[in-house]
Amino acid sequence: MATVDPASLTLAAAMACAAGLVGCFAVMRRMTLAADALSHVALPGIGIALLLRIHPAFGAAAALFLGTLLVWSLERRTRFSTEAVIGVVFSASLALGSLLASGEELIEALLGRPGALSRTEIVIGLLAAAAVVVFILRAKDRLVVALVSPDIARTAGIDAPRLDLLYLMAFALTVALGLRYLGALLMGSLVIIPAVAAKRLASSLRGMLAASVAIAVFSTLAGTVLASRLGRETGPLIILTAAACFFLSLFVPREA
Amino acid sequence: MAAFLEVRGLRVRFGAREVLRGLDFDVAAGGSLAVIGPNGSGKTVLFRALIGALPYEGTIRWAPGARLGYVPQKLDIERGLPLTGLDFLHAKASVAKAPREEADRALSAVGLSAAAAARPIGALSGGQFQRLLLAFALIGGPNALILDEPTAGVDEPGQERLHSLVRRLQAERGLTVLTISHDLSVVYRDAAQVLCLGEDHVCVGAPKEILTPQLLERLYGSPAGFHVHGHG
Repeated sequence: MATVDPASLTLAAAMACAAGLVGCFAVMRRMTLAADALSHVALPGIGIALLLRIHPAFGAAAALFLGTLLVWSLERRTRFSTEAVIGVVFSASLALGSLLASGEELIEALLGRPGALSRTEIVIGLLAAAAVVVFILRAKDRLVVALVSPDIARTAGIDAPRLDLLYLMAFALTVALGLRYLGALLMGSLVIIPAVAAKRLASSLRGMLAASVAIAVFSTLAGTVLASRLGRETGPLIILTAAACFFLSLFVPREA
Repeated sequence: MAAFLEVRGLRVRFGAREVLRGLDFDVAAGGSLAVIGPNGSGKTVLFRALIGALPYEGTIRWAPGARLGYVPQKLDIERGLPLTGLDFLHAKASVAKAPREEADRALSAVGLSAAAAARPIGALSGGQFQRLLLAFALIGGPNALILDEPTAGVDEPGQERLHSLVRRLQAERGLTVLTISHDLSVVYRDAAQVLCLGEDHVCVGAPKEILTPQLLERLYGSPAGFHVHGHG
């Protein structure tokens, strides 16, 4: 049973902030499936890192970086078949990852294992989370214009392909942040579920961003506390809390 | 007057199909060009090439300092999107580094109420959404408007209002206006120059010279009639 240590909890909250913000645009851009699949690209990186005896987070980050570039360039070349391309990349990554890592390591990579983090890990994690949050808040207007119409974005002087790449990078970085805590399988869900619930609850951009961050942070903190009380795994409890928030959001009446 | 837009030998192809086969035309600064032609003749493709959204062969040269305001053809917006009209306009103001008040000015210019602009864009009617797109195009001080069927889905009084708004903006700000329109009466009245795109026929000229019954029949394949509105 993991004890709840304040530094790790701060990092978890920062990671949840980043996930909540990044998720809003993934949901609005209708790339939830793509986003979820992208998170699994971390697996072969973790496998290779374990083979080479380097920190798995570096392997995961490197794999996510390469996977992001791959998805981005495939998306640009074969515009219409993004989902198919992602399906292939996802399955191949999962296969390669399970080949490279042993059973226990694989479960850990998929589901995460929050434990004591070193000071360096916490500092790097906080910096990465801050980078994602700052990027989304600064780019949100450009992202909004580009998601309504890439053609309009172009005439407004927005370099949409570059913005896409930066966004995917922010997404990949967010997933890398959550790997230790939630694992590849569940981190994609922490990005998507709060944003989907927030989309139902909000009627403006600001409202959606705020609701998504609130749900992501609440789920993370509540899941962590519950896990420590019940002596259970943290990741699944975080995702179950987020999913509960989503189901509750279905009962909130919507205007218009 | 110097050309604001110069197009030479413009070709666009999708695989083996050539949609635009060598277009040549100029648009003067402050001038207006209406593009007409049957469905599938490449009107939208032409506009998307002009804004650089499609690969093309040939030359498209905008005058230095051209700032384009683009209103695309009907957009497919997800209805549940939690973005209000104001979110969208403020985003443009921020991208164009214009003050936020410009969003309010653009709204009143197109006659969209603040209450409508505060609603999610998916909840707007077709006509309200077109006005929002025009307001969006006006933010940031464009000197050219590129309008792809800007009045599609707008009711008759609303259409007239948008047309007179564009005429007024053009007169006040010296905007260059490129429009795709199916309303030949409006084209006849408002455009200084008409570009007609047909399957096997392309022509450019003044509306009075171009919009003849013979040409329209050739272009649309059946007699197309239009009546000339009084100016006012």
